[in-house]
Amino acid sequence: MALDQSFVGRSYPPTDPYEVGREKIREFAVAVGDANPAYADPEAAKALGHPDVLAPPTFVFAITFKAAGQVIEDPQLGLDYSRVVHGDQKFAYTRPVYAGDRLTVTSTIEAIKSLAGNDILDIRGEVHDAAGEHVVTAWTKLVSRAAEPAAEGV
Amino acid sequence: MTAKIAYDDVEVGTELPAQTFPVTRATLVQYAGASGDFNPIHWNEKFAVEVGLPDVIAHGMFTMAEAIRVVTDWTVDPAAVVEYGVRFTKPVVVPNDDKGATIEVSAKVAAKLDDKQVRVDLLAKSADQKVLGMSRAVVRLA
Repeated sequence: MALDQSFVGRSYPPTDPYEVGREKIREFAVAVGDANPAYADPEAAKALGHPDVLAPPTFVFAITFKAAGQVIEDPQLGLDYSRVVHGDQKFAYTRPVYAGDRLTVTSTIEAIKSLAGNDILDIRGEVHDAAGEHVVTAWTKLVSRAAEPAAEGV
Repeated sequence: MTAKIAYDDVEVGTELPAQTFPVTRATLVQYAGASGDFNPIHWNEKFAVEVGLPDVIAHGMFTMAEAIRVVTDWTVDPAAVVEYGVRFTKPVVVPNDDKGATIEVSAKVAAKLDDKQVRVDLLAKSADQKVLGMSRAVVRLA
């Protein structure tokens, strides 16, 4: 079933702040096997000019994707999540995510397309810090497959 | 906030040091916990097969996280990454054995941009298949 085009441009309310912890960043860096000291050692991060440890570039996805749940689970939109796969992912950074950041995400439906029976949903997540300054924008393309069940995971 | 690599020292075609990243079932369980993505296709073989996959597959975001390490290890300061985007073209299939799978990532400077920025194009392969498409980063150099 094709998704309702009138949802294009719809924005959802900003999420409650997510507080970025040093240990959560460390856990993520260990999970991807990345020993860059800027992710674990505040002094190493400061030596590079940063106020505290920073998060690896894709860390913020966990926050923006959770926020995108507002869109994915919107009963009015009616996306069949059991058929959804992750198509594309992009980030544009104003600055890195730092330990201690309190980040809010505002999700917007940027595009809805129907291609060969698949529903394609582009969601933009704007991430701001506690001061209201822009940190990063995440674009997530989700594909809801028409016939066969999921072939690639989110 | 500056990379150790100087803009003037790179040219279009400059290759970044390639790397190979191992991924086992244990890696995927650890990544699921760290990222909060507990989709069973990344740890439950029975479920994965039921939805038409050959086996358990890696999180696309895990592959994306590994690929950019070729850039952040090159620049030293991860904050040099200004933009990063990928398309998930093929899954990384992770068998339940002691070897798992590997993700091979190579990268080269594809364009020199303004403001000491370069575009780096990444190539990520697993089992001789390209697993990321349109994989590009914009990187600010010194």
